[in-house]
Amino acid sequence: MDASLFTSMLFATVVAGTPLIIVALGLLVNEKAGVLNLGAEGMMAMGAVAAFAVTHHSGNPWLGVLAGMGAGMAMALLFGVLTLTLMANQVASGLALAIFGVGLAAFVGKPYEAVALQAVPPIRIPFIADLPLIGEALYNQQALVYFSWALFWSLLWFLHRSRAGLVLRAVGEAPSSAHAIGYPVIRIRYLAVLFGGAMAGIGGAFLSVFYTPMWAEGLVAGRGWIALALVVFATWRPLRVMVGAYLFGGVMITQLFIQGSGLQIDFPSQLLSSLPYWATIVVLVAISRNANTIRLNSPVSLGKPYRPDA
Amino acid sequence: MLELEARAEPSRLMSFLSPLLAVVLMLAGGMLVFAALGKDPVEGFRIFFLNPVKDLYGLSELLLKATPLMLCAIGLAIGFRANVWNIGAEGQFMLGAVAATGVALHFEGSESALLLPAMIVAGAAGGAAWASIPALLRTRFNANEILVSLMLVYVAQLLVSWLVFGPWKDPDGFNFPQTKMFGDAALMPVVLEDTRLHLGFPIALAVLVAGYAFMNRSYAGFRMRVAGEAPDAARYAGFSAHRMIWIGLLLGGAAAGLAGMGEVAGPMGQLTDKVGSGYGFAAIIVAFVGRLNAFGILLASLLMALLYIGGEQAQQYLNLPSAISMVFQGMLLFFLLGSDVFINYRLRLRRRAA
Repeated sequence: MDASLFTSMLFATVVAGTPLIIVALGLLVNEKAGVLNLGAEGMMAMGAVAAFAVTHHSGNPWLGVLAGMGAGMAMALLFGVLTLTLMANQVASGLALAIFGVGLAAFVGKPYEAVALQAVPPIRIPFIADLPLIGEALYNQQALVYFSWALFWSLLWFLHRSRAGLVLRAVGEAPSSAHAIGYPVIRIRYLAVLFGGAMAGIGGAFLSVFYTPMWAEGLVAGRGWIALALVVFATWRPLRVMVGAYLFGGVMITQLFIQGSGLQIDFPSQLLSSLPYWATIVVLVAISRNANTIRLNSPVSLGKPYRPDA
Repeated sequence: MLELEARAEPSRLMSFLSPLLAVVLMLAGGMLVFAALGKDPVEGFRIFFLNPVKDLYGLSELLLKATPLMLCAIGLAIGFRANVWNIGAEGQFMLGAVAATGVALHFEGSESALLLPAMIVAGAAGGAAWASIPALLRTRFNANEILVSLMLVYVAQLLVSWLVFGPWKDPDGFNFPQTKMFGDAALMPVVLEDTRLHLGFPIALAVLVAGYAFMNRSYAGFRMRVAGEAPDAARYAGFSAHRMIWIGLLLGGAAAGLAGMGEVAGPMGQLTDKVGSGYGFAAIIVAFVGRLNAFGILLASLLMALLYIGGEQAQQYLNLPSAISMVFQGMLLFFLLGSDVFINYRLRLRRRAA
């Protein structure tokens, strides 16, 4: 493989992995607080469409990202009201959010389907971007790529080094104990759910404003679900989320590069395109086959409703 | 100040009323949506909810749309009752369509009366086979069936699009992504003259009855209910969790596959890349709104079908995207999930302490 091909594949892998990192880290915080929100796909779709619309009208992609974040949070709030205040089943509510979000995004986004946005230029970090092979790929990237790294480091610190992170984990592991020593379990869960929604919205915004500067129905294409699978794959650890996301990014990109390479291979493009989905399944199987890893690592109260005065 | 107070036991009355409440709230929400979009709410209501069912043809179209929803939902409900979360009915639906199309294309030109039954069997088997993947991975490797069955929806869509763009493309189809039209012997006979309502509808009704009998009258169905409501009791009684996962997924897959077969051999008459039109996902809503029981699913599938057709009407007469159907469907499920709180809790007015 020649050097420029390596650089461009690495570049594309990082880009493809970035929305997965942002969304999956958001979901990780959700799940650490004991809340399972399966609605990521819907929150991403709404984030994508809101970001696209606002960027299109304002010409400012950053306002777009903010709008995407807001849309994701609004969807998450809906989920929070259902599951935290009204104690609805988390699985059913999450599925509802996924179906609803994808539908609402298709509805809202209809007028924008034929519109294209201007590509947002990458941000070049001085000096290290000049490194051979990896410099151009890693340090001449979209701002949200750097954001995903910052998010990773902050979460690592937050979850394992800060008091607030400890409280968050306590709420996910033993909500009644956390309540007994005076922590507002429901309020903390709301914050975690809103954070998850914000990240899903930003992930969606990345897709429609930075990755492919356009909106089309089906743009999210299962990335929300893949992000959910990533959290399981990562056994609720941020570092493994990063590794997993780039792995998936790599699979997506390899498949695109093979299709675009003009190599005369006797393999239909549609079947190549299904590779990331198969990869998700294979990885899920590989990680789940040891039931103990999952049981020991998943937050104990994940998916269970909690009511303080019951 | 309003407060929620736990009931001593779940209210049976509320579990009947809550779907009705959800429908009423959805209608009210729908009027607000129309108003927000600058349409006359009354006019919108008339076009969306009444126009589709004003004559016999409209009603037959409603039943036609309800058919796949009913089939997918009853299959899903069996699994959901045992906490087997098959979310991939959409993919199983497509594989049913693919398998049935395979039979139809292989025996092209055949006029045998056995062709249609063979397609029905193939459709159900195709759906069940696709559902067996998450079942196998769940029972053997503990892999989450929600995520696996969902990933397989995307795979199924790509498989269909490969078939209709590639090996199964109609050579005389002007390069459209579709197969040849099926011959008469491979098409579902119409059961109501001058409409498109086909044999799939009575079949779906029969499957509903069978689903009811399985869930409420059979020992296997009883075990699945216990497993869903009291997992510990089921484990203590020695009910095999693996067997329930297999039953839930295979029955769900077979029913969804049958629905897919009914679409290609019914209104479509061929396989196209648009075959999966969201019925598998909408059926999740149908199953919940129908309270996971057969009669409820019958009503809920009619309601959901109305939302689909209403969306088409809204597109035609109100100039709104037909995706508005999904907005209404989502609202319906949210309102249902929300109003279900009253099954276990009652609202109480409590005075603030002075």
